[in-house]
Amino acid sequence: MMSTVTLYGFCAAGLVAIGLYGLVLHPTPLRKVIAFNLLGSGTFLLFGIAARRGAAAGFLADPVPQAMVITGIVVAFAATALAVALLLRLVEAGGSTLEPIPSEPQDDRPS
Amino acid sequence: MTSAAYATTEGGALLVIAIMLPVIGMLAILALGLRRAERIAYLVLPAGLLIALAIAADVARSGEAVTYVLGGWQPPLGMALRADGLSATLMVMTALVLCTVGLFASGTFRTQPDRAEARSPMVFWTLILGLWSALNTVFLGQDLFNLFVALELLTFSAVPLVCLDGRRETLQAALRYLLFALIGSVFYLMGVALLYGAYGTLDLAGLRVLARDDLATAVALGLMIVGLMAKAALFPLHLWLPPAHAGAPAAASAVLSALVVKAPFFLILRLWFDMAPQPGNAMAAQMLAWLGITSIIFCSVMALRQARLKLMIAYSTVAQIGYLFLMFPLVMASDAPTAWQSVGWTGGVLQLVSHALAKASMFLAAGLIAEALGHDRIDNLNGAVKAVPISVAAFGLAGLSLMGLPPSGGFVAKLMLLTAATETANWLIAAAILVGGILAASYVFRVLGRAMASPDSDFVLKVPIPLYRELAVLGLAICAVLLGFVPLQPFAFLGIGRVGLP
Repeated sequence: MMSTVTLYGFCAAGLVAIGLYGLVLHPTPLRKVIAFNLLGSGTFLLFGIAARRGAAAGFLADPVPQAMVITGIVVAFAATALAVALLLRLVEAGGSTLEPIPSEPQDDRPS
Repeated sequence: MTSAAYATTEGGALLVIAIMLPVIGMLAILALGLRRAERIAYLVLPAGLLIALAIAADVARSGEAVTYVLGGWQPPLGMALRADGLSATLMVMTALVLCTVGLFASGTFRTQPDRAEARSPMVFWTLILGLWSALNTVFLGQDLFNLFVALELLTFSAVPLVCLDGRRETLQAALRYLLFALIGSVFYLMGVALLYGAYGTLDLAGLRVLARDDLATAVALGLMIVGLMAKAALFPLHLWLPPAHAGAPAAASAVLSALVVKAPFFLILRLWFDMAPQPGNAMAAQMLAWLGITSIIFCSVMALRQARLKLMIAYSTVAQIGYLFLMFPLVMASDAPTAWQSVGWTGGVLQLVSHALAKASMFLAAGLIAEALGHDRIDNLNGAVKAVPISVAAFGLAGLSLMGLPPSGGFVAKLMLLTAATETANWLIAAAILVGGILAASYVFRVLGRAMASPDSDFVLKVPIPLYRELAVLGLAICAVLLGFVPLQPFAFLGIGRVGLP
C-alpha cells in the first residue's frame, strides 16, 4: 500500500524529471524558463514532503520547510522575472525567444 | 537535536555591518537620487574595506572565529553569522578587488554632469553593492538555506552586469549564464531539502555533528556539489562563462571572474570539509580532480586559440578554476592531522586568492588596452606598450601568477599544490599542474609579445587613459605578486575557527 507521502514523492520526482528534461533538451530560451519553473515546483514539493514527514524533529507537519518553500517560491519568481526581462530585451535587440542561444562564444564584437 | 551553541563574540556586530552596509548604500542610491550613485559607492567602498580589515584583525588577534547570533535566536531555528580565518581572508580579498574596480570604473561609469541621469552608471554601482552584500553573506552564513538565498542574490546581481551594454550577444550570454545558474540553484536546493528531511536542521555546525555516512547524505551532497559546480564553471559545466565574462564591460568582467565564481567554490569547500562525514569519499574527490585536470588542459588550449583578448582571459579563468578542484584528493591523502594543516589546503586557498587578484587586474588591464587601442584583437595589439605601458606591465605581472612563475602568489600556490601532489603520489595531478603552467605561459607571452611589438605607422591612440586608472590596476597586480612572498607552509590564520572532526 502506497502512503500519501510516497505518492507525493513520486510526483515531485516526476516534476523534477520533466523540468530537467525540458531545461537540458529544449533549445529555445522561453521553453527553458518554463521548464525551470516545473523543476522548481518539484523541488518545492520535496520540501512539503520533508514537512509532512516531520523531518528529524519528529512531529508531523513541521512548519520550518513551509517557511523555506515560501522563500524559495519568491526567489524562483524573481529568477523568472529576470529571465523574462532579459528575453524581452533580447526581442527588442532583434533576437527571438524561439531561437536557440548560440553555443559558441561569438567573436564578431564590433571594435 | 544537538546543535553546537553559538555565542556572539565581542566584534560580532561588525559581521552584520559588513552585510548591511552595501545594502544601505543601494537603498541610499534609490532614495537620494540616481545621479549620486557613484558618490555613494565611493563612500561605501572604503568603509567596507575598513570593516573587512577590522574583522580580519579581530580574527587574528583573538585567534578564534568572530560570531554573531541574529536576534539572539540559537540555530536550528535562528541563524548565526561566523567569520573564521578563511572567511575573513576572502572578505578582505573581495573588498580589495571591489575598491580597485571602483577606481577603475570611475572612468567608464561616471554620471555625466551635463546630461540627464544615465541608466548604466546607476545600474552598475547598484549591482556592485548588491553583489558585495551577497558575497559577504556567502562567506559568513552558517545556514544552508540562508546560503541558498545569498547565492541567488549573487546571481541576480551578477547576471545583469553581463549585459549592461544591451547588445544582442551580451543579452544571450546573460540569459545562458542565468539558466546555468538556475539549474545549479535548483540542484543545491534539492540537496538542502533532502538534508532537512534527514536531519531536521540546516545549520552547518549542527549537521557536522549529526551527519551520517549514508545514502541520503551522499545523494544530497552530490546534488549540492554538482549544482555549485555549474555556478563555479567547472568543466563540462563551463560553457556559459567565456561569452558572459568576455562580453561584460571590463570592470564587470573583473568582478565576475575574480569574485563571483569563487563564492560557489567556497561553499563546496565548506560542504566538503566542514559538514560532510569525514573522511570524505575518495572516489568523489578523484572525480572532482579529474574534472579539474580536464578544465586546466582543455580551457588553456581554448585560451590559446582565441583571437580576442577578453575571451582568452575568460577561458583562462575556467582553466585556473580547475586548479582549485585539485585540492580535494590532495588534502584527503595527506597525513596532516587536520585538513587545513595540509599543504594542499593552503595551496588551494592561496590559488583562490591569488587568482582573484591576478585575474581582476588582468581583465582591468585588458579593458584599458581595449579603450586605448579601440579593439582587443590579439593579433593587432602592437603598439599597446607605447600607448598604455603601465597596463601592459600590470598584465605581465598578473600573468606571472597565472603561469606560476616566481615571484607571485600563483607560484607559491602552484608549488604547494605540486608539493602536495608529489607527497601523495598523485602524478597525474602533478603533470597537469606543470602542463597547465606551460600552456598559461604560452597564452600570456603570446599577448605580451604582440603588445611589445612596435606600432604600425598609422597607429593612433583612441582615448588617452588617465594615470590613476592605470596605477589602480598595477596596484592590484602588485598585490598578486606580493602574495608570492608568504612563507611556503600551511598558514595558521586560514585554520582559525575551523572546528570539527580531525
